Amino acid sequence: MIHDFSIVWAERNLLISGLMTTVLLSFLAATGSLMLGALLSTALVRKVGVASVAARAFADAMRCTPFLLFAYLIYFGLPSLGVRFDGWWAGAVALTAYHSAYMGEVLRATWVAQPPAPLEAGHAFGFTGFRLFRRIVLPPLIFSSAPVVGNQVIQIVKDSAFLTVIALPELTHAASSIQSRHYVPFAAFIAAVLLYWAICLTIEMGVGVVGRMAESRR
Amino acid sequence: MTQHTHTALNAASSTNPVLSVVSLSKSFGNLQVLDNISISVERGKTVCLLGPSGSGKSTLLRCINWLECPDSGHVLLDGKHIGVTSGGVVMDAHELALIRTRIGMVFQHFALWPHLTVLQNVMEAPVQVQRRRREQVCEEAEQLLRRVGLFDKKDVFPARLSGGQKQRVGIARAMAMKPTLLLFDEPTSALDPELVGEVLAVMRDLAAEGMTMVVVTHEMDFARDAASQVVFIDRGAVVETGSPDAFFNNPVTDRAQQFLMRFAKSLS
Repeated sequence: MIHDFSIVWAERNLLISGLMTTVLLSFLAATGSLMLGALLSTALVRKVGVASVAARAFADAMRCTPFLLFAYLIYFGLPSLGVRFDGWWAGAVALTAYHSAYMGEVLRATWVAQPPAPLEAGHAFGFTGFRLFRRIVLPPLIFSSAPVVGNQVIQIVKDSAFLTVIALPELTHAASSIQSRHYVPFAAFIAAVLLYWAICLTIEMGVGVVGRMAESRR
Repeated sequence: MTQHTHTALNAASSTNPVLSVVSLSKSFGNLQVLDNISISVERGKTVCLLGPSGSGKSTLLRCINWLECPDSGHVLLDGKHIGVTSGGVVMDAHELALIRTRIGMVFQHFALWPHLTVLQNVMEAPVQVQRRRREQVCEEAEQLLRRVGLFDKKDVFPARLSGGQKQRVGIARAMAMKPTLLLFDEPTSALDPELVGEVLAVMRDLAAEGMTMVVVTHEMDFARDAASQVVFIDRGAVVETGSPDAFFNNPVTDRAQQFLMRFAKSLS
């Protein structure tokens, strides 16, 4: 067993490169899906209108599609419609689009629970449109929803593992390569799991920091 | 000649009030909340809107800056229409927002922005909406906070303040816009009794300084000694209007007499 782990150690560069890809991919998808989700939430909180219907349809469609299937659709399906991404971008687009639906839902739920007074003050002081959203509406939403958003980011990290099926060289893909090359499944996969834990702990720490900022404003 | 000009100016100021509300009506469903209300406020005056709960005072105040849309009637700030033009065309959101920056508002439940510090609350609209220079705004905001006695709290978040402190920040925030008109929507109704005084003191100070203010309140002492004019509203209509002296000592209408009597009783 010690021997198995020393084989994984010898292949550490492959593992680290997979880790970096997972971190970068997750970071891009988390940032992108949070921004898209914020935009989406502005439509989801409306009760009538084309934007609201379209946003609701998108959110429901994403939430009821298995992520693996959605990734297949983006990578293998879209080229037959003439849209072609390489593996990396197909993965990034799939993760971002899929999780923006969840982010949108999270922010919508927090939004409707916010007290109406600060928003009304925003109107009264001359804020309108995007400026009203960005300066008055969004910041309290982010503070209140930080734990749930953090949870969703962890979900993004874990879903990125599916992208091994489109040959994206992320962490799971790296572990899988090491095990098939050297027949050390336990050591290779445990090493990957530990690295996923490390990523998630880091995210939790970030959520903790935002949580303390939110606490001082409550 | 000088005499003549002076008279002309006086005539102009009396026919050109800062705020005119003309024949304003508003219903929520079948409930007529405001019925053909007209009031006008001269520059530098403090007008107190008094009346029983549910009489429509707060709705009237909220119709002035169009947080509620009146069903009919007009609101004019310095002779310019708010919300709809004289032809009845509804203004677009940006035009309305531009006018709103000239009307400061103080809310019953403070409505401070919870994610911003006290100083940031005061600076937010002047910097973000009025696009004034940050350094200049910061200086003015600190000055305003000194004036309401909260300079030492400038880096604190609103959640850490008492109700009275929050409301004083609310007033500083409204003043930072350098508004033409200040609206107060029951500014002391959500406060513990011992905190009411500190807020009223700031308001008295502003009134004495010549700020033009419309104040919805149940604080009769404030209306009596700080108001230039009292407007008594009941069941959505203006019942009586006059100087505080006349209103409190010699109310003309039965309803005003009853209102004041009930108030006197509740105090004793």
